[in-house]
Amino acid sequence: MRWLRRNLVVIFGLGTLAYMILPNVVVTVFSFNNPAGRFNYAWQEFSLDAWKDPCGVADLCGSLSLSLQIAVWATLGATVLGTAIAFALVRYRFRARGAVNSLIFLPMAMPEIVMAASLLALFLNMGIQLGFWTILIAHIMFCLSFVVAAVKARVLSMDPRLEEAARDLYAGPVQTFLRVTLPIAAPGIAAGALLSFALSFDDFIITNFNSGNTVTFPMFVWGSAQRGTPVQINVIGTAMFVIAVLVVLVGQMVGNRRKNAQPK
Amino acid sequence: MSAPATPAQAAVAAEPPVHRASLRKRLVPYWLLLPGILWLLVFFVLPMIYQASTSVQTGSLEEGFQVTWHFQTYWDALTEYYPQFLRSLLYAGTATVLCLLLGYPLAYLIAFKAGRWRNLLLVLVIAPFFTSFLIRTLAWKTILADGGPVVGVLNTLHVLDVTSWLGMTQGDRVLATPLAVVCGLTYNFLPFMILPLYTSLERIDTRLHEAAGDLYARPSTTFRKVTFPLSMPGVVSGTLLTFIPASGDYVNAELLGSTDTRMIGNVIQSQYLRILDYPTAAALSFILMAIVLIMVTIYIRRAGTEDLV
Amino acid sequence: MTDKTAGGDVRLAGISKHYGSFTAVHPLDLTIPQGSFFALLGASGCGKTTTLRMIAGLEEPSTGTVSLGEREVTHLPPYKRPVNTVFQSYALFPHLDIYENVAFGLRRRGIKSVKKQVEDMLELVELGQFAQRKPHQLSGGQQQRVAVARALVNHPQVLLLDEPLGALDLKLRRQMQLELKRIQTEVGITFVHVTHDQEEAMTMADTVAVMNGGRVEQLGAPAELYENPKTTFVANFLGTSNLIEAEVLEAGGSDVLVGSADARLRLPAARCSTTPTAGGKLLVGVRPEKISLVHAADEDTVAAGRNKVRGTISASSFIGVSTQYVIDSPVCPELEVYVQNIERDARLVPGAEVVLHWNPEHTFGLDAAQDIDAGIETVEEGA
Repeated sequence: MRWLRRNLVVIFGLGTLAYMILPNVVVTVFSFNNPAGRFNYAWQEFSLDAWKDPCGVADLCGSLSLSLQIAVWATLGATVLGTAIAFALVRYRFRARGAVNSLIFLPMAMPEIVMAASLLALFLNMGIQLGFWTILIAHIMFCLSFVVAAVKARVLSMDPRLEEAARDLYAGPVQTFLRVTLPIAAPGIAAGALLSFALSFDDFIITNFNSGNTVTFPMFVWGSAQRGTPVQINVIGTAMFVIAVLVVLVGQMVGNRRKNAQPK
Repeated sequence: MSAPATPAQAAVAAEPPVHRASLRKRLVPYWLLLPGILWLLVFFVLPMIYQASTSVQTGSLEEGFQVTWHFQTYWDALTEYYPQFLRSLLYAGTATVLCLLLGYPLAYLIAFKAGRWRNLLLVLVIAPFFTSFLIRTLAWKTILADGGPVVGVLNTLHVLDVTSWLGMTQGDRVLATPLAVVCGLTYNFLPFMILPLYTSLERIDTRLHEAAGDLYARPSTTFRKVTFPLSMPGVVSGTLLTFIPASGDYVNAELLGSTDTRMIGNVIQSQYLRILDYPTAAALSFILMAIVLIMVTIYIRRAGTEDLV
Repeated sequence: MTDKTAGGDVRLAGISKHYGSFTAVHPLDLTIPQGSFFALLGASGCGKTTTLRMIAGLEEPSTGTVSLGEREVTHLPPYKRPVNTVFQSYALFPHLDIYENVAFGLRRRGIKSVKKQVEDMLELVELGQFAQRKPHQLSGGQQQRVAVARALVNHPQVLLLDEPLGALDLKLRRQMQLELKRIQTEVGITFVHVTHDQEEAMTMADTVAVMNGGRVEQLGAPAELYENPKTTFVANFLGTSNLIEAEVLEAGGSDVLVGSADARLRLPAARCSTTPTAGGKLLVGVRPEKISLVHAADEDTVAAGRNKVRGTISASSFIGVSTQYVIDSPVCPELEVYVQNIERDARLVPGAEVVLHWNPEHTFGLDAAQDIDAGIETVEEGA
């Protein structure tokens, strides 16, 4: 009983974790299913068919590569624009600072559907063809604020004396930025970029409104939920999960090795 | 440094020769801001203005829409769809509370009790992100399937009798009921609750726990008087990051719910993309935005944390 | 970058700094001779760091000019000045190892072969074997030496040190004071050192400028400042002074006679910072260690001609080498006296009646129209 009370937090915490992991387990298990009908919701029999032919469904891998492309460009755009804003906010005094802060905050404080609908209103009014470019524009827009938040946090914690030290040691403004500011801000920029990539790649609501006939991977999944879910989407979901975990684990191991290699 | 004149300006006043260099220096922040802010102005603010104008237009798809300052649309939208609004707020609110109740122990566990497992647990919290949330939401269809093990267990434990009485489930079904939708929302936004909670818990100096214990606080008192107040920034941003997207969500209601669980997001989506009644759709999303912004503002004021960005 | 042939004095002419309506530094003229170890001493917010930053080029003066030797550098950016800084808390680049930190300035100036210079410099500060480590892997004292090496490797005309020892513990600070002094003697570069620690300034510097409220209160060699303070601030900030408010009874001769309560005190006219006039007021100062203490019963053993004050011991604390007494006297409620523990008189306990006496030559006089407590609180805050 005592033991139970002492470990209550651990038990509840692991329970929550199980709740969060359960769907992934189901996704993985059902990637080996051989469903009876068009929908892959009930277990039928073990099969490796989907794993042998992950692109065997029309448009699936095309949508995946489109999503990856959009995510890469959106990450690049949002990271560059957002990093510049973050530096301006932390390092300079200027008028309209409050307004800029609110403008950055608002997209994060708004249900996605509101932004999705209003962007659609703009594109419809301007007669802009919906497709790759409208999706990219929208993704850069909503990723921007998250990059600003991530970079800002990092730059705020950076000692301004480091840049003064660089200038004192004969580094001009450009050299100071490239050799000191950027390397030290890099973890924040990387965090912002990673977040952008994940948000863009997995975005559904804004894309749903502004994609026209273009089909990204989440759009494909959405459509298949109506027409019939191929086992291959489970295969891709599982593969991405495994790859992500592996990348993190390898990164950790390399980091640990490097840390241990250095004399203390 | 918020004095009206910056150091640079003070120097300018006294030393004309440095004027040009200083001017260039003073323009730097504006150049840095320009592209990003322009992007937000054109693709975030301008769309809002277009949407505002759309919401007061009348007409039809065939004849085109005209701005007629027809504010009646707002009233009509509100009277027709208030059940969906209320349902959205109820579901999102319930999911937020559940996220906090479920997420706090896990965040606490990772921050204080995990030891060398900390990084692994963090990875497990974040990793599901990499499987598209739509795929994971569809998995709940399997988990909560009629006659499946989960429903079976809940039935045996008579949990479904209780939820049924509360109007959250119907008979021995979980799928296509409010419970399934709330369960899906909670699941989808849990990481957005856990990560800010973890960040603010992790910053707490564990010696504060010892100090509280030293000053005659029992563990539960230490939690109430020290840990929880210090984690408030995480609680505030976690609840916002959960409630705001949940209130506008339509994916869970569509995939896990039925026509009786339609949220306002579903209405806006179908008005825009299927029925093509743009003025009503625009009015609805403005009302949703207004409700969320007002609630968020009041909440932040009361919680006393302004610095969220 | 070294320019040892030309007169390398640092000259500040009328420089001042305003931030909006706040004046951090009032117009200031200062010449720092080449090769000297110069300290700017003062409490936080006195303008010493701003002055240093104006020499470094990190702040632009609102008025006035900064010259290095014959060259005016007032508007040169820091990266074009032959001046380097050891920053407060060091500001070592966390992403570079020690070697690259030290090589940073050389590389930026386009010097190709930096290896020899960097290694020599790391030897000078005794950190040769740490070249491949990152700053966070070093102790505070080691980081401090890296910061010095990183600046000195550029052979600047002037080395600026901004509270360089502030983050170190007391013992290490003592050690580093001597170390820095040794390095300065070895390289012969002008050091300008900013500190709030009066002991540090006096130990290391040839010349100390005491700053207060954006102005230089007094400038001179450490002993000169200590023995002949010109203001109450300097008297209280550097060490401890007993200041007695007194009325001038006789003036005009080589000695001044003053009276306070029942005591009659003499002091040399040359040691007064103002010209005393009979009937006027004067603050009479004497350092605690100059005073001797005898029990009232032994008053007749005090030699004639010495300044004498009667009082009661209100507190005493045993320090080891000395005992510090606080004396309640009619002339001043809290006179401090430090007595060397050579032969301890068992009667000198709190409550005992005592007589204080000292050589009139050790007495100084200050203008009475000043705050008698100036500089006292700031010392406690700084320590």
